[in-house]
Amino acid sequence: MKLSFVLGELAAGLRRNLSMAVSVVLVTMISMYLLGLGLLAARQVDTMKDYWYDRVQVSIFLCVEGSQYPACGGKATTADQREQIRKQLEQMKPPVKDVYYESQAEAFKRFKEQFKNSPLAEQATERAFADSFRVSLTDAGRYDVITSSFDGAPGVGRVQDQKLLLDKFFTFMNVVSWAAIALSGLMVLCAVLLMATTIRQTAFSRRRETTIMRLVGASNATIQTPFVMETVVASLLGSGLAMGLLYATVRYGVEGYLSRALLDTAFIGLSDVLAITPWILGGVTALAVLTSWFTLRRYLRV
Amino acid sequence: MISFDTVTKTYAKGTRPALDAVTLEVERGEFVFVVGQSGSGKSTLLRLAIREERATSGQVHVSGRDLRTLPDRKVPHLRREIGTVFQDFRLLPAKTVFENVAFALQVIGKSRAVIRQTVPETLRIVGLDGKEKRLPHQLSGGEQQRVAIARAIVNKPTILLADEPTGNLDPDTSRGIVALLERINRSGTTVVMATHDAGIVDNFRKRVVRLAEGKVVSDVGGGDYGASVGSVVPDTGMPGSGMPSGSDTPTRTMKLPRLGRRAPDQEAPPPVSEGTDEAGRHTE
Ligand SMILES: Nc1ncnc2c1ncn2[C@@H]1O[C@H](COP(=O)(O)OP(=O)(O)OP(=O)(O)O)[C@@H](O)[C@H]1O
Ligand SMILES: [Mg+2]
Repeated sequence: MKLSFVLGELAAGLRRNLSMAVSVVLVTMISMYLLGLGLLAARQVDTMKDYWYDRVQVSIFLCVEGSQYPACGGKATTADQREQIRKQLEQMKPPVKDVYYESQAEAFKRFKEQFKNSPLAEQATERAFADSFRVSLTDAGRYDVITSSFDGAPGVGRVQDQKLLLDKFFTFMNVVSWAAIALSGLMVLCAVLLMATTIRQTAFSRRRETTIMRLVGASNATIQTPFVMETVVASLLGSGLAMGLLYATVRYGVEGYLSRALLDTAFIGLSDVLAITPWILGGVTALAVLTSWFTLRRYLRV
Repeated sequence: MISFDTVTKTYAKGTRPALDAVTLEVERGEFVFVVGQSGSGKSTLLRLAIREERATSGQVHVSGRDLRTLPDRKVPHLRREIGTVFQDFRLLPAKTVFENVAFALQVIGKSRAVIRQTVPETLRIVGLDGKEKRLPHQLSGGEQQRVAIARAIVNKPTILLADEPTGNLDPDTSRGIVALLERINRSGTTVVMATHDAGIVDNFRKRVVRLAEGKVVSDVGGGDYGASVGSVVPDTGMPGSGMPSGSDTPTRTMKLPRLGRRAPDQEAPPPVSEGTDEAGRHTE
């Protein structure tokens, strides 16, 4: 079969069935956009994990005058106790990577800086903070080593691991992104059903042509290819548009806005959109081919 | 060329078979009319020959192929050797005469060069040169049927099956169409035509196979419509048949459903007068 003939028939087919083709394009676009958003959200979680787990610290809070930590017993940590803790930490490299001492005043200052747009900053007083060792680890999972050595040690008010907090947050984010992916799965189902309906409709409206093709001895491939091609082209067009929308979302929404507004964290970028593109386009093509193949087997006698 | 051996076709379980133990042999180069009342199984017979339907029992052979064992993927090749024409023409309304005929070649992968050469040639054979650019609705019924015939023979099939090709046409136009089929037959193509049209059958004096309720009830060479019924055998031609009947051919009337191999009516036919070279004919 000559290529120009195939392409001519393809264009004619799409034109004749314009409203159907447009609906396939749009539904594919929406479902792939949703799916893309879900996948990007999952990647965002991963990106933040990488970013935060690198920065995750275990804080060893010391006692200050009038400390609320029960372990302090109301007494402040002495300079000796503090030096003792520091020495012990230095000896534990690795898994200890870095040790940084933050005084009560510094902690208060940092807090006010972080929450400068929030009413919290005005309400907080320096007394609510404590001196602490901020310990970063070579492996974020090993915080228990710190806990077991320092929890209850003299002069230590409390050992707190940021990773536990982060994990709660990430679990929540994961649920959100998987919900988006599941929802988009329903949309993909809609897209598949619509493709099948469209093919059935088209096979019906073209039965005169296919009958003639059959009678003059055209091969099954020749008869079916236009249907498959039309479905593939329409759904690729739809997912191409979806990728364009995702690109715009990340470019203007994430890179252009979010990552400037929230300097303190890491965000996905256009490279993540590029990374999911081949999967989405490939998946859509496979879906379109399979759907048309199954539908044609049922509705187009050869 | 086409042979049916005790072929039975039952469409739905429990119904009367559309074809009932039909045995029939059509030789290369023959021209056969298949007649019979509506529902007698004429179309079924033709559909079995192109494997549009499969026989319930019995064997169908077409141009050397056993259709019972022919795998589905080879059916297109069978159909490329058989031209088919129907009562309702089955043209594509949005395509011109040329495109309609070319379509048959395009979908089997013929090159543009072949198409550019063969299509005008074929349109000349069917008498449509000069009308290549018309759309089907700009043609008379007879002309539309000629387009359909051109499409059926453009790939130079060895067999041409026509299912009531004159069913929608007036008597004069019908005669023109059958004369065209006869010409195609003379160039070597085996022609089987199902028809109701007594006038046509009487006019052309070909072999007539009569079906009734799915059985072959008579098979006569050079016969007329009445003769094949078996009850009335008129001495003279039917009224209105303006053609010399040439009825020196013996007329046999048979009541037996079974018939063995029979010799073709004519010797090897002369080529078509247009001088079309038949060298390009399909042989597979
Ligand atoms: N696809 C089908 N499904 C079920 N029954 C069918 C089918 N096609 C034909 N039949 C039945 O088979 C019998 C023969 O039909 P067929 O079409 O072969 O007759 P015919 O001689 O061509 O009639 P006509 O002269 O009206 O065209 C009829 O009883 C018909 O009802
Ligand atoms: Mg019929």
